[in-house]
Order: sequence, then structure tokens, then C-alpha cells
Amino acid sequence: MNPRRTATGGRVNRQRPVRFTFDGTAYTGHAGDTLASALLANGVVLAGRSFKYHRPRGLLSAGLDEPNALVTVMRGKVREPNVPATMIEIHDGLTVESQNRFPSLAFDIGAVNQLAGKLISAGFYYKTFMGPAIGPLKGTRFWMLCEHVIRRAAGLGRAGEAPDTSRYERMNAFCDVLVVGSGPAGLMAASAAAEHGANVILAEADAHAGGSANWSGETIDGMLAADWAADMAAGLRERPNVRLLRRTAVWGCYDGNTLVAVERVSDHKAKAGPGEPRHRHWVIRARSVVLATGAFERPLVFPGNDRPSVMLASAAERYANEFGVLPAETFIVFTNNDSAYLSTISLKKAGANIAAIVDVRQDVGEAMRILASEAGAELLAGHAVVATEGGKALRGVKVQRFNMTSGTVSGEARSLSADGLLMSGGWSPAIHLASQAGAKAEWDNGLQAFLPPAPARNSRWLGAGAFTGNFSTGGALAEGHAAGLAACGAEPGETSLPTAETTLGSPEPAPVFEIKAPGKAFVDFQHDVTVDDVRLAHREGFVSVEHLKRYTTLGMATDQGKTSNVAGLAIMAEARGLPIPDVGTTRFRPPFSPVSLGAFAAERYGDLRPERLTPMHDWHVEHGATMQPAGLWFRPQIYGLAGETIEQAYVREAAATREAAGIVDVSTLGKIAVQGPDAAEFLDRVYTNMFSFLPVGKARYGLMLREDGLAFDDGTTWRLGDNDFLMTTTTANAGKVMQHLEYFLDVIWPELKVSLVSVTDQWAGAAIGGPSARDILAACVRKTGVDNKALPFMGIVHGTIADVPVMICRLSFSGEMAFEVYSPADYGTHVWEALMEAGRPFGLVPYGMEALGAMRIEKGHVTGAEIDGRTTARDLHLDWMLSKKKPFIGSAMMDREGLIASGRIQLVGLLSLDGRPLGGGAHIVEAVDQENPHGSIGHITAACYSPALGKYIALALVEGGKARHGSRAFISDPLRNRYGPVEIVSHHFFDPEGSRMHG
Amino acid sequence: MLITCPYCGPRDLSEFTYQGDGNRTRPAPASQDLDAWNAYVYDRLNPAGDHNEIWQHSGGCRSHLRVVRNTLTHEISSVGFVRGDAHARKPGARK
Amino acid sequence: MAEYSALALVRNALNGNRDWKPAWRKPEPKASYDVIVIGGGGHGLATAYYLAKEHGVTNVAVVEKGWLGSGNVGRNTVTVRSNYLLPSNTRFYEHSMKMWEGLSHDLNYNVMFSQRGCLNLAHTPAQLDDYARRGNAMRHLGVDAELMTPSEIKRLMPAIDISAKARFPIFGGLMQPRAGTARHDAVAWGYARGADRRGVDIIENCEVTGFLREGERIVGVTTVRGDIRAKKVAVAVAGSTGRVMQMAGIERLPIESHVLQAFVTESLKPFLDTVVTFGMGHCYVNQSDKGGLVCGGDIDGYNSYAQRGNLPIVEDVMSEMLALFPGLGPVRVLRAWGGLCDMTMDGSPIITTGPLPGMYLNCGWCYGGFKATPASGWCFAHTIVRDEPHELNAAFTLDRFHHGILIDEKGQGATPRLH
Repeated sequence: MNPRRTATGGRVNRQRPVRFTFDGTAYTGHAGDTLASALLANGVVLAGRSFKYHRPRGLLSAGLDEPNALVTVMRGKVREPNVPATMIEIHDGLTVESQNRFPSLAFDIGAVNQLAGKLISAGFYYKTFMGPAIGPLKGTRFWMLCEHVIRRAAGLGRAGEAPDTSRYERMNAFCDVLVVGSGPAGLMAASAAAEHGANVILAEADAHAGGSANWSGETIDGMLAADWAADMAAGLRERPNVRLLRRTAVWGCYDGNTLVAVERVSDHKAKAGPGEPRHRHWVIRARSVVLATGAFERPLVFPGNDRPSVMLASAAERYANEFGVLPAETFIVFTNNDSAYLSTISLKKAGANIAAIVDVRQDVGEAMRILASEAGAELLAGHAVVATEGGKALRGVKVQRFNMTSGTVSGEARSLSADGLLMSGGWSPAIHLASQAGAKAEWDNGLQAFLPPAPARNSRWLGAGAFTGNFSTGGALAEGHAAGLAACGAEPGETSLPTAETTLGSPEPAPVFEIKAPGKAFVDFQHDVTVDDVRLAHREGFVSVEHLKRYTTLGMATDQGKTSNVAGLAIMAEARGLPIPDVGTTRFRPPFSPVSLGAFAAERYGDLRPERLTPMHDWHVEHGATMQPAGLWFRPQIYGLAGETIEQAYVREAAATREAAGIVDVSTLGKIAVQGPDAAEFLDRVYTNMFSFLPVGKARYGLMLREDGLAFDDGTTWRLGDNDFLMTTTTANAGKVMQHLEYFLDVIWPELKVSLVSVTDQWAGAAIGGPSARDILAACVRKTGVDNKALPFMGIVHGTIADVPVMICRLSFSGEMAFEVYSPADYGTHVWEALMEAGRPFGLVPYGMEALGAMRIEKGHVTGAEIDGRTTARDLHLDWMLSKKKPFIGSAMMDREGLIASGRIQLVGLLSLDGRPLGGGAHIVEAVDQENPHGSIGHITAACYSPALGKYIALALVEGGKARHGSRAFISDPLRNRYGPVEIVSHHFFDPEGSRMHG
Repeated sequence: MLITCPYCGPRDLSEFTYQGDGNRTRPAPASQDLDAWNAYVYDRLNPAGDHNEIWQHSGGCRSHLRVVRNTLTHEISSVGFVRGDAHARKPGARK
Repeated sequence: MAEYSALALVRNALNGNRDWKPAWRKPEPKASYDVIVIGGGGHGLATAYYLAKEHGVTNVAVVEKGWLGSGNVGRNTVTVRSNYLLPSNTRFYEHSMKMWEGLSHDLNYNVMFSQRGCLNLAHTPAQLDDYARRGNAMRHLGVDAELMTPSEIKRLMPAIDISAKARFPIFGGLMQPRAGTARHDAVAWGYARGADRRGVDIIENCEVTGFLREGERIVGVTTVRGDIRAKKVAVAVAGSTGRVMQMAGIERLPIESHVLQAFVTESLKPFLDTVVTFGMGHCYVNQSDKGGLVCGGDIDGYNSYAQRGNLPIVEDVMSEMLALFPGLGPVRVLRAWGGLCDMTMDGSPIITTGPLPGMYLNCGWCYGGFKATPASGWCFAHTIVRDEPHELNAAFTLDRFHHGILIDEKGQGATPRLH
């Protein structure tokens, strides 16, 4: 039996003990306990340390607003930091550590910060740590030294380095009505909407449906409210049109009534069930939403209000009624409103002693006075708590007379003994989701709270219960029912509602937020923002609500101001002499409560993007290829032999290609079927050169510009029929070119009869080149000739290879006599293997991207490194492709002054003169200065060892370009410490006449 | 944000690609009026309020849509095909 | 007003912190000024500060629609760097970097500029070459840059995944050691206090409703707090540029306003010392002194003035975070927010005289305006006083687009959402 467990009552399973450890100590709780209730049951009061002063802290609340008791949950090496103890359901083997303390929670060296007190008040760091303006610590150095220490002191829990082994998943859901919150209002709303046939999702952040019914101790329809709620929930669960999601916090409201929630599917289990994720990320498109999110009780601000065992009154009531735990033996209750009296009675019934009720109001209603006497409590009306006593646990409080009109305390301080102090500063509706939806909160002077506005006529959200400021259970039942009907478009009708007890007292608190007395009084518990900090912010002019927040960090802790915002505003309003609403409220931003990164990533965790594999991928891997990422694709880099370096491998592959034949997988090239009666006209408009004259059965190299006249993409387009073209694009730009073409067809030239289909994934492509390439094809291609007559340069034929229909175009990237062989994707490997087989007697080798790159550099062909979105056709010596006979995309813009200026960088070739490699990204200078590199005239776009030239060569973009041919310059690559002489030459290094490919 | 594609029905934002200000007019292809070209390529309306925009349903039917959307609230008041509704069919009425 | 120092802190602490004075005054607007700066964000306040400090022009008002620093200066991911590719950008941002290095002393306000380094990760050899090009370009302009190997990166941030089996393995990275982070709000407050101390009137809650004109010439503004005349009117309103220029009758500009979101996780013990960017997609992250991981990604991608982000971007950014740091799955996102970015057609800014007589325009910061704050204010002040740009901002004209003299870092052309 736990020392603080009540004899009876509560909804924990007393037959089932659960064992867990906290900071290495083993404890026992019951099934149904939260970590918070189990620790309290075991008499553990000290649960955390605050952020700045490292003050000892206990539990403040019983829900997701808990600012103090944050812990780290350990799952093997995986750490989950900063979880409120109130939100952890215990299970056997649960292992939890406290945070932000060294060496232990009870003795924390960081608590010396408290001694600095007023020195480290709000914003102190803006005024110091600047260090000397001269000397070795000038500039930012002194600050960085200080910061090093500050960073180690700051922070809450520690994140892990071990990869999270849990699975997360995403769920898209659609419903007519989403009800957020399953208290009495939410249950009624869900049931009313469901009865009218609506598809309903009811989301509850806690482990059980019922909300306040689970701990109010009231009766509904003559039953214990908790039992009524359980019955209602069970009834809803049986309906096929209702989905009840427990442990599901709706945290975001995005455009189009897209609500987002996170479901903690298996956190409460020692081991996730088969197929269960840890968290499920729900994206819910709801036709309408009923917000029944309840309200948060507010603390009062007075000196010593942060001592462990000072707790919200409703939290203590919840621990007693829901968990059968009394957080203390003897309580004092400190309140500015009537609701705390009801909590007091609950605690009394659960067996607690109530020493006194301290009420700031002189006029306490008769009903409340009776409740106080029923509780056996001394009623100190017109009094306030001015101090708390004790060390890391409360021993007692000091009270003084309090004048509400002047806000001052007076008279002798009286000491009262108790080991628990409960406070109630009124209630703030949880309006966060409405605020995210754009609703502007309205201040209610009676309730002393920001309420949601009445929903607009076409609003897609409605509210019910405490969310709207209706704090009585009877009101919640009625409002929930009405909202449920309205949400599904049903007319309000005669219905008998469940009967609830009359809620005693008034929901309106006295407008008292703060007791002014000497000592540290906390507004934001986690961030240690005190009343003095708020006043200092005021004194220094940080008076707008946003400045207050930013200057003091009030409301920026993990509870995002749920326990502190209103008090902070009230104190600022008083300092400014303005009503609270004139100071404003901050707009609530998502998420309502923190959401794991894993949930956001869901299936993308560990699998960020799809992998694009060519049809021949497995063949490459089996044949020793080193695969390399290229966008989403993977392509062979080299097919290295044992002991070969990368350079040795690609030099071998390229040399073999130029001597005999090589084959490379080109399936990744973008391929677009351009078809229709206007296809040729369309291509004339999008390419800089002419395509309408291209005969059927021929291909042509084409260049595209962007509208602004800069080079965009290049590739070959094949005319397969009068109205049928196959366009190829670079691998990197395949998607962009498609979108570009579609835009023009749909938006600019809708009159053209052209259809575009991306066929990239339909065709496998193999490029085979080299002196023996034609012989290899001749050996395996059937149903067509491949000789010069049947298949001239840029010709296209259709035939078969190994019984598979193929399309062959004679075109060359390598500069060799070369052919691209396209086959249906599913037969890609089959055809590839047949080509390899046919090539064996000829010495055919597969080659990868490195050899492809080397051969294209030798030929001076451009790719994405040169067509980088900043270069023009002229920069790349492609101006011969700019037709003067027709306008084309970019033609009107390409001759603007900046694009034809003389100083532009132009494509050249470089020869290394020191016999050493050149590196992509190295810069070119006229004179090397290693100490102080300067005077860049350009950079290397691609470099390789040229087997054909026997030299290290590179392509480069250099100012002046062609005019520098034959001149000497230098590589300047300070990043890789490479300097050396080069000769600037034409980019056509190898076979500039193209005699090899024309053969 | 949900955009109701006239062909596919309401679809999530993530299926669409923004193609910008729909108020621009491309000069005739052979036009040499550089000012008009520059205005077309670079100058945009950027209203705080209703904006006439072009979106592509790139993750769906790939049609380009003319969308009137409020840039202050993200509310969409109309969606149509840029091409006109010649090939529009009502969702659910596919034949 | 008193200097801020450790000594002042002690003296005031002994006095119960009762003697601190407002960081800046809250004056009523005067009838006229030499210069009105529209926009009390980082750039507007810095402009006012340098007008006073560098040029002795102190009869200046900064008019701000809401609270000071309510725009992007208080909504960004606090990164300061000068690791640009193109010389006109590199020179400008490096000038800014040098100003950052002395800014706390200059302002007598600790803006907490911490030179913790900024690392761009490369995930393919081609990307590493691209970064080498950029880093070498920086080095040739006297800016610090280094290439790092995967194992060096692992030493710097032990939680990063450098394994070859990662979806996008890390091939290396480009590091700028002098880059880092600063405390964003402190920059606004420090400039405000500095300008105020030199006599500048900073007028909050003073929305501009129109321009006063004499013929073509701009001679002042109308505001919710009355008309204010000025010899020169400078506009520095970032994401609101379209709206403000519309009041001057200019409907079309080479600018679109987009939303950029940023996110912060719950506070963690030191986890990551450097600013790091993921190279396959778009995600950047640093850890604040309070311990939160501050991160962001692409802009939402469509015109917006809503300061309201969308869900897909959040999912993208977090997925990419986990690709970098697979141990962060259980760590939780605390807050998301959005800022308005004035995206230009080449991704580079505009600091210029005009476009109307009497008017000066500073805009087009896309989502990189924070790091530019000192140099932007400094150059804009120069441009306002001299009626011509400083050589550092000479390239940042409004009409460069029409002349084809583009400063296109990403090579994306006139598609603002891609810059």
C-alpha cells in the first residue's frame, strides 16, 4: 500500500501493482496511475528543477499543462526528454529520470543560481557579457566564453544520439464532425451528432474518456459522473459511425478545417503490440469541429508559490478522485473564487484534513461558508497567503489580511501548518485551437478570462462547455448537445438531457492575480519568471504583450503559458494602468501541446524519400558497381575491380570504351512523349532550334531556354512519327521540363493540339559506344539493319534484341560511334544482358558515371554543372543553336544587356600543367596568392583524368572565355590547398571534328 | 489548405504546385517590346486580399487551375481550368 | 541613459532593479522630420541608427505599425553567415558579418552573436564540388570557408548520421567558422535603444495609411496618428512592401510575399553547437542558448500575408531533421510560427533610391534578411543621405531584372518560391 493512497476510491486498479523506477529507485503504483499520481502516492514530492534558478519543484497540475515535473523516459538507449509526469501512464519496467539537475534531484549544484537573484533578473544578459572592446577577448570572444557556461547550465532534458527504434505512422481521416475533448460537453456533442447519422471522431487527450467527469465527484443522471461518462463512451464506441480516439491530443488547426492530432498508441505499454506504432500522426479533414477542450485552472502569484506541494486545487481533487491519492495529509486552500471550495469538499471526502481556506474575498457567499465548515476548515476571508515555509517540501504558510480594493496586505502575519497548499486563481478556457483557426479572443470581465468569440455564421468550428466559459456541468451537457446537433446541421429539438447536480457558487473569480509581499513570486514556473521580472520589463518599456513575453521569456516554456499567460498580462496591465484586454493576448500557435518529431515524419522516419532505381539496378550491384545517389536515383559510379582506385577504374572503363566498346545505363534520362498534330510546332516554340523540319526516324539535339533567356535544359528529341516525338531531358531536370512544357500548353498556348506524357519509367535505356559498338549491335539486333545506311548518325530504327522490341537511336555523348537502345522497362535487364553477351567477344565493358563524365569532358559537352541557371547559350558556345528564323521561349529576353555583357564567364577547357589532378569547384586566377587568395576569374565545373589525352583536364567557366585560349592561368583552390598552372584551351579536347562518332 | 480541382475534387495543398500571379499577359511570341516582356517575366501583383493565381494540380490531373484565393485568410473563392472549362467534367460524373 | 555593463547590473541589483529606465522613449510624432523610416523592424531601426551615427542625421522618425520588432527580426532562425556564391552578395554579407562582430560593443547591447560556425552538408560528390566552388569564391574575397570530411563532421556533432546506408549519405560539408547565431529580439532592441539615444524618434503603433505627395515627389506619410512630413521617406517593410508601395500607386514589383515557417523544439541540454543545413531538400537547424532546436525549411510556396503556415512543410522539415539526427524521434516540437518574406525574382535584395522622387526602398530580403541587418541599415542610410548607393549595394537595384543583370544565387530564374 502506498503511503498516500486513500483507502478506497479512484479509478486505479488496486489489484494490479505496477513496478517502475524513478532516478534509479524502484517504486510501485497501480494500473491506471500516471507517473505523477504514482509518485505522489509514494510520498515523492520533489519532482523537478526549474530552468533558470534550479529551484526544487513539485507537481503543480495533473494534466498536460504541468510546467514543473518534466522527466526523461528511457527506452533502452533511446531517450524521450521533457515529458510531463502527469502524461505518463505507468507500466511495468517504466524507467524515468529527473532532469536539469547535477548531481541529483535533491542536491543540485545549479541551485547556486538562486544566490545571484536580482543580478540575473529578466534580460540581464542583454546588458553584460559584452567583454572588452580591445585585446584578446574583443569582438565576440568574451561572450562566447560566457555562453559556453550558460549553455551548459540551460536546457532541460538530454536528447539521445541512439536512433529511435520506434515506428511512427500517419493516418488521414475524414469525418462530418470532429469533437475535441470528451468531457461531459464533448460526450454529449459526439452522441448528438452520431444519433443524427454523422460520421464522428471524438478525440480525448487523456487515457480515458470523460474529462472532468472522471474527477469531479459529481453525479449525472444519478450516477457517479465518471460512471456516466464511461457508459456514454462505451455506447459511442459501439456505434459504427463513431471513432473514439483516446490518448489523442488535437494540437493543430490548419487551413481548410484540417485538424491535426497525435495519438500516443503504445507509450503506456511495456511493449508495443504487433504492428502498433509508438505515435500516430492524425490528419483529420472535418466538415465541422466541436471544441470541447475545457479550461485550465490558474495558479495565484504570491511569494513562495513554487514550493513543492503547492498545487492547483483542481489537480489535488483529480489526484484524490481519479487516482485515489492524497498529495498531502493536511491542506490549506488559497483561492479567489468558489470552485476551490468544491475541490476542498472532494478532498475532505477522500480523507484529507483541511486546515483552512484562505480567500482573498471578504464577502464569501453563504453556500461557500457552509462548504468550508463541512470541510472542517477555518475560513479566512479577506486574507491572503504571503509566504510559504519549508525546504524542499511545504511545512506551512503565512497569511495576512488582504484588502481587495487596494491590493495590499496588512496586520500580523499568522503561521499555519500544512503539508499541502492548494491554489485557485480562476479558470482560463483552452481556446488555443479556435485561436489557431483565426478567432480573436475576447476578455470577459466577469469570468476574468479570455473567451472564444461566438462562432461566425459560416464558422466551421463550434464550442461547448468550459471552452466557452460555461463552467457548470449542467451547462456543459446542454451546450454539448446543442453543438453536436448544430455541427451536423440538425435542428435543435426537444430532448431530455441528463440531469446534473446544480453547481454551487459563482463561476466569477475576484480580479486578484497577485499578492504583493516580499519574496520571489513566480508567474511562469518553469522559466522562473517572477513578478519582479514583469515589473522590470514594464520599467524598461517592454510593455506590449509580445515584448513582455520575449524580454522575460514568460509563456515560452514547455507549457506555452497555459499556467502563466493571464497572470503575466494582468500584472503588466496593472503596471500600465490599463484594462487587461488593452494589453492584449498573444495569438496561439501550433502545436497546442508538444508533438514528437517522429510523429511528424511518420513513415518518412528512416526513409526520407523514395528511392528511384533503374530497371538494371540489381545487375549493376551484382557486377560490382559502386552505386551513387543522383537526386532520387542511384546510378553506378564505377564498376571497380579489386584493388582499383576510383580513378583507375574510370580510366580503365573510358579507355576500354574508346578502344573497343562500353555500355552505360541511361534509363534515368527524362523521357517525354510529345504527341499530336501540333507537336512539331510546339517543339519549334520550346527549343531554340528547329524541329518541324526533322524527318521521321531522325533525332536532333535541342536546347531550351527559360522565359528570361537563360539556358534551361538540353537533350535529344526523336521524331518517331509525323505527330509523335520522344523528348529526352537531363536526369536532374526531368520534372522541371515536364512542368515547363505543361505550363505553356495549358496556360499560354491552349490552342495547340499536343499531349504530353512522361514515359521516363516506361523505357530502359542503355547507351553503347566505341569502335566496336556497331558490330556488337549487329550481332544481337534482329529485324533491322544497323549499318550506316540503315542507321545513319542521328537515325532511329526499330528492331528486337533477344526477342524484345527495342528502339535504337545513333547518337553520342561519349564522342564515340554510339547508340542508345531503349527497351520496355520490364525487359531492361534482359536486353542489357543480351548486349553484354553480344559484346563479350568485343571486349565490351560496363561503365559508370565517372567514365561517362570523363568522356563528356573530353568532348566538351555541357551538363548541369555548366547549365546552372546563370549561364546563357552564348556563355556555353551554344549560340549556333539559336534559330533566327522563329521566336522561341527566351528569344525575346536573351539579348538583354546583362546577358551579352563582355565580362561574362564562358566555357573553356583547362589542361593541368603540373601533372596533378584538378578539382571541381576550384577557382582560376591569373596569379596565385596562397596567403591572400584573390582575383578569381572563374571556376572549374568538372574535372577528370583524360585517358584519351593522358592528362588531367577540366571544363571551366572563365571570364573572357575564348579570348584566353592558349594562355596560362592558375588553379587556386584554397579549400583543398591545391594551386598550380593550367593552360586555357578549347573545351573540345578530343576529336573536335567528331570523326569518331560519324565513323 | 484544400483546393477543389474541377476535375479531381477537393485535394490537399501538397498535391499542387504554385505557378504565381495569374494577371500577367505574355506578349506575342515575336514581340520585340522588351518592356512588355520584362513586365511579364518579372513584375507581379502582390495583393493583400483576393489574388488571381495559377496553380497546377501536379500530384493529380496536372491541369493548370485559375484560383482566386485570399492571401490574408487563404480562403479560396473560385477555381477553374485555365484552359477554360472545355474539358471540365464534374467530379463523380465521369463517363 | 546609463551604459549597460556588469557594474551597472550589480549596482541596480543592489537597488532592487528599480532604477532601470526604458530602453527607448515612446515619443509622440512631430509634424516633420528630415527622414522618416517606415518599418520598425531590424532593417528600419538599423537604418535610423546609422543615419544618426554615421551621418549625423538625427531628426529621424521610425514609424512602426505594431510593436517594435514585430516582423521578421523577431521571427527568424537567427543565423548570421556570409557564405554566398556571387561576389555582390558575398561582399555585402561579409561587410555585415564584420559589423556583427563588433555590434554588441557598438550598440552597448549584448546581441549575443555567437560564432559557432555554419555547416552546409553535401550528399553527392557533385554537391560537394558545388560547395567547393562557393567556398573558394568566398576565400577569394577574404571570407573564411573550409571543407569538412564526414568524420570531422561526426566529431563536431556526434548525434549526426554519417553512415553510408543513410538515404542521403554525407560526403562532406562546407563550413564557415565565423558564421553563427545572434539573439534576434536583442538586435531590434539594441538598435532601437541606440537610435533613441542619438535622438531618433521611434513611434510604435503608428500605421502608415498613405503617402503625402507634391506632384510626383513623396513629402511625407499619413498615419493613424496624423500626417508626418519629411524631406525623405525610406521604406523598409520587408513582407509588407507590396502593401506599402501600393499606397504610393505602385501596383507591380518584382516581389511576391510568401510565408516562411520556423519551429523550435522543447529545451534540451547541449546537443548541437553549430548551425547545420541538410543538402537534399531544405532544412537548417541550430540550438539556442535556452536549449531549443530552432529549425526551418522551405517557404510555404504561395503568396500570403497570413503569418500562418501549412502542415506539409512542418512534416518535411521534421523528416529531414530526423534524417540528420535519428535520435531526435522522441524529441518534441514546441512551437511553430510564420513570417512574411519579400521574395524577389532572383533571390537577392533591393536597396535603392526611388522608385519615386523623395522615396528610398529597402526590400527583397527573401528569407535571409536577419543576417543582413547591420549592412542593410548601413548601406540604406548611406543611400538615403547621399542619394546614391554605396558600392556595396550598388548591385541591389530595382531595375536590374529588366536589364538582365541578375544576382541569382540558386540559378532558379524568376520563380520566387524556388529562391
